[in-house]
Amino acid sequence: MIGAKRRQGHSGFFALFEHLDSTIDACKALRKAGHKRFRAYAPLPEHHLLEEGLAKKHSPVRVFTLAGAMTGAATGFAFTTWTSLDWPLITGGKPLMSIPAYVVIAFECAILFGALSTVIGLFINAGLPNFRPMVAYHPACSDGSFGVYVTAPPAEAEAVKDLLSGFEPAELREDPEGFDV
Amino acid sequence: MATADVTNRGALPNPDVGTYEEVNRDILKVLGRPGKGWWMLFGIAAAGVGLFLASWFWQISKGIGVSGLNAPVGWGVYITTFVFWVGIAHSGTLISAILFLFRAPWRQAIYRASEAMTVFAVMTAGLFPLIHVGRVWHAYWLIPYPNDRFLWPNFRSPLVWDVFAITTYFTVSAVFFYLGTIPDLAAARDHARGLRKRFYQVISLGWRGTDREWHHFSKAYIYLAALATPLVLSVHSVVSWDFAMAIVPGWHTTIFAPYFVAGAIFSGVALVITLAVPMRKFFGLEKYLTVKHFEAMAKLCMLTSAIVLYAYMTEYFLAWYSGEPPERGSFWNRVFGHYWWANWIMLTCNGLVPLMLWFRRVRRSISALFVISIFINIGMWFERYVIIVTSLSHEYEPWAWGLYRPSIVEMGILIGSFCWFGFWFLLFTRLLPPVAIAEMKEVVPPPMRGRETES
Repeated sequence: MIGAKRRQGHSGFFALFEHLDSTIDACKALRKAGHKRFRAYAPLPEHHLLEEGLAKKHSPVRVFTLAGAMTGAATGFAFTTWTSLDWPLITGGKPLMSIPAYVVIAFECAILFGALSTVIGLFINAGLPNFRPMVAYHPACSDGSFGVYVTAPPAEAEAVKDLLSGFEPAELREDPEGFDV
Repeated sequence: MATADVTNRGALPNPDVGTYEEVNRDILKVLGRPGKGWWMLFGIAAAGVGLFLASWFWQISKGIGVSGLNAPVGWGVYITTFVFWVGIAHSGTLISAILFLFRAPWRQAIYRASEAMTVFAVMTAGLFPLIHVGRVWHAYWLIPYPNDRFLWPNFRSPLVWDVFAITTYFTVSAVFFYLGTIPDLAAARDHARGLRKRFYQVISLGWRGTDREWHHFSKAYIYLAALATPLVLSVHSVVSWDFAMAIVPGWHTTIFAPYFVAGAIFSGVALVITLAVPMRKFFGLEKYLTVKHFEAMAKLCMLTSAIVLYAYMTEYFLAWYSGEPPERGSFWNRVFGHYWWANWIMLTCNGLVPLMLWFRRVRRSISALFVISIFINIGMWFERYVIIVTSLSHEYEPWAWGLYRPSIVEMGILIGSFCWFGFWFLLFTRLLPPVAIAEMKEVVPPPMRGRETES
């Protein structure tokens, strides 16, 4: 198994929160204090946490979807057209390239390619599959709790600890070595 | 700090479920040790799979002659059952993708089971072309590739479209299903022990629920839903064109695509009800699958039943209005001919019985819905039988008319296909969380401290 990515000279803090609003507030405060690379954990796609707490905007996955679907449609048309031109065989006096019939193939290919490239886009952007050791993680985050993980150099460690304790976490774990997550 | 609207997500909160932990506890307990009832059902399903394989091997060894297929009825129970299962597959994506885009508040509790149903139904349907071709070792001819003189297949043929539509549908619905389960598999991983934990560790792909994962995941899910929505409508349209593109009286009509799509949703939702009622009871999911959910599905059945009934009437009217003797004869034969009973089963089960759903008391009675849903399933199978068999048996020339009687091998495969489907569905209920855990949490009020903090 691949090892976890250490962040040299940083220590890590994992705060487990029972409440959504505390998590959002903690994320906002961390951003305000200038922390950029921290992670929030949630048991559900919580849009308020993502948009309000972490100021997430568009996801590049949509580019993958569009590119995949357009490639699929083009492939479907190109494939059917090329095969009918490759061996011209007129049947029933119909045009060699029967566009309405080929729309069906192009449409199905557009959906297929679009869906598969959406998945590829998701995997690339979200870093999945991720079989590194589950270091900065708490199993309660798939149950009913939220979490925040932040790393800090020794000089800022105390400040981060104070900041997180301010939001009354249910548990505050300190690791002497921080990880990139 | 705008936390006041956090609870308002545009979905109806589920009043019976209080906390996130409760959702995990209630749903993950289903994955525990199966009881006697489950083993019994699983045994029956496994025996049925045996019947299915035995019948199929018998047909492979003796040839397609052991089925009742012959001129003029070359499409019989196999194609009927193929269309039936493809139709069943439609409600899963309808509930998971279309209702997701429409933000229907009742889909969360039901969509995982119906998506699983979709995937297994396509898996079942996909076997039937292989069975139907007879010489299964030539089934790879379905894949579009050039012959040894580099002549490609005819892409104007609806049967080639069908190959594209069904394979795309299977791939996309399987991907959509799997992707949706990943966060729940992570929840199962954190809950399980031993070998099970290893299993969930691998198939949850190391999901941690970080903001980065959720952010891209929720967007990807929307895009997939947006792709799956037109796909649902297209797949059964393409299946209907297998018929409508031919000049067989009774098939050659433009209403086939919407008629088939409505019928597919009708039968699919009915099967979701049939499966959800026992699931709810055996796994103690009453809190999650409430009467409200069943009523919503019943309304969907009501609507699609009305569309299907309207399509039947339109078919009769157009046959009469066309003035074409073969067309008129074909429909007269449907209602009063040799297969009159199949037609009347279809009309009763799909048109008459669902009329009871117009009563609110029936819609809110789970046992009544269970019975009605079984009627609908039977009716929808017969609908395809009527369309396929009666039309082929009564084409243009009277001397070319003929009858078809399914053989015992075909019956074995038909019954076996239900068991094959049940086999996978039963495995699903034990291995994957049968209700979407993460999405259920969206209809549970989030835990709030409720105190203003610095912002």
